[in-house]
Amino acid sequence: MSAPTLNDAPVVPTTRAKGLVAPKESYKVNWGATALMAVLSPAVLLPLYFAISMSLKSAQDAATGSGFSLPSTFEWSNFKTAWTLTHFPRAFGISLAVALVTVAGLLVFASMAAYAIARNWERKLFRYSYYYLLAAMFIPFPVIALPQIKLTALVHIDNPIGVTFLHILFGLSFNVLLYSAFLRSIPDELEESARLDGAGTWQVFRSLIFPLLAPMNATVGIFAFLASWNDFMMPNLITADPHLQTIPVVQSIFQSQFSTNYGVAFSSYLMAMLPTIVVYVISQRWVMQSMTRGAIK
Amino acid sequence: MSTTSRTTTQESGGSTSPSRAPARRRRNKVEPAYFIMLVPVVILFTLFITMPAVIGMFYSFTNYVGYGSWHFIGLTNYTSLFSDPNIRHAYGFTLLFSIVTVVAVNVIALALAIGLSGKIKFKTTLRGVFFVPMVISGIVIAYVFSYLFSTTVPAIATSLGIGGLETSILVNTHWAWVGIVVVATWQSVPGAMIIYLAGLLSIPGEVYEAASIDGASPWRQFRSITFPLVAGYVVINTILGVKAFLNVYDIIIGTTNGGPGTSTQSVAMTIFTGFTSGDYAYQMANAVIFFLVTVIISLLQLEIIRRRGVAI
Repeated sequence: MSAPTLNDAPVVPTTRAKGLVAPKESYKVNWGATALMAVLSPAVLLPLYFAISMSLKSAQDAATGSGFSLPSTFEWSNFKTAWTLTHFPRAFGISLAVALVTVAGLLVFASMAAYAIARNWERKLFRYSYYYLLAAMFIPFPVIALPQIKLTALVHIDNPIGVTFLHILFGLSFNVLLYSAFLRSIPDELEESARLDGAGTWQVFRSLIFPLLAPMNATVGIFAFLASWNDFMMPNLITADPHLQTIPVVQSIFQSQFSTNYGVAFSSYLMAMLPTIVVYVISQRWVMQSMTRGAIK
Repeated sequence: MSTTSRTTTQESGGSTSPSRAPARRRRNKVEPAYFIMLVPVVILFTLFITMPAVIGMFYSFTNYVGYGSWHFIGLTNYTSLFSDPNIRHAYGFTLLFSIVTVVAVNVIALALAIGLSGKIKFKTTLRGVFFVPMVISGIVIAYVFSYLFSTTVPAIATSLGIGGLETSILVNTHWAWVGIVVVATWQSVPGAMIIYLAGLLSIPGEVYEAASIDGASPWRQFRSITFPLVAGYVVINTILGVKAFLNVYDIIIGTTNGGPGTSTQSVAMTIFTGFTSGDYAYQMANAVIFFLVTVIISLLQLEIIRRRGVAI
């Protein structure tokens, strides 16, 4: 029983959050470990190097050698070709809309459901709803994919709207769990004083609870965004019209046309990867803190 | 666990202090707001997740092809599933892939987390680098690796004279799965690493200092301090990992597309063929079996945790 338990979690965050960012005070640097980590980092960086270098190569350049060499000439037109071929702006817009609405939907519905459950835990309806929602974690999408494809087609949401809708529903289990764990660490007294001042349940939730959930909102938001933005399986199977596909699916749709020209293919891969990488690099500390918080819960 | 403790403290708090009594009485009548917060979500969830699951299970006992008429055929779909070499191979491949990947991911993630939680220079940058795969789409990474396996690795192997790697591993019937494991591992390490890193950073440094003073070797420190403390996280990572890897799909689409032949076809891929190949009911039976396999594996893991007495 010596392992850290979920119940310890509320105590841990402060130390952990600090630990993520290199502490100010000086310490004896372990250069051996630093060197080892630096030597291992190409395992992550090399595929990215390939993506960048290949994306700038001309068709002949890309078709020869091991791909390690830098491009002999910079073929910027690859990006233009990939951009028009994949209808990048449209795919990007659809991906972004799906991911953002999924995030918004999960932030609102998962937190509300978790709040209602946490405050009425002694009632069977709420308690069983919690277990019911949680049980769906055992139902992966492939298990219900076939009936779901038929169902979405039947109610005419075999499009990005349906994908968004399903992203939210499939995300509920995990995020209600995250929120419930966090809500338990918010003392009842806070709420009761607000209620004594005459605030109703909605008002308490909107102006007290939801803001208090901010750290967890960040965690839920980041995970939901990444899962939705990078998902391939669901849009690929649910969305019927190839013109309405998200960025990851578009890559596979144009695969046959890419195969003749690696330069164009890698330009497209790079454009698909870049948005999340750029956002991640800019907000790295915040993202890592938020993700670690979720990891413990 | 903590949920039950919360309820008990609430109730005992209510009964001991008389001032809380009105609050408790008010709780007896649930405010409509709470219903509005929860019920619509549960209803939509039932309509779009539970209902398809039930409908699918129902059709698995029929000869439905996806349209038109159908009739009950009992357990025929299930019995033919068990004698279908394609399906059996898909389960074998998916299980092998999941087990190997989950072991590879956990070993690498734990090792990296230990390195990154140590007293290293450029800590934030190095951690940042190792997290990058987490933000990239699986299918895109699979395409990039597909190129590396089919062009770069053979080119290097040829120039170095390494036999066996001179052709793409992805077109080798016996070893293509290893290529898929490599891509899946590359992509999944950061997720597991976050959990380990969080766990390791919650261990106070004094524990290690005391151990060093007592003359414990680094390996001894890992075995007696680090590992027992992160054991709970190993369990979490294994459960989450196996669950995710059993559903492997996009990485295979991007590398081998199930080939060569059907040697790397995962269970998810076989189920999806039911949509186009006219054996809807048959593949629904497959989905039901897949669901049971997922649940049994998850329950087995939970049982092992319970026996070991690891608290999560």
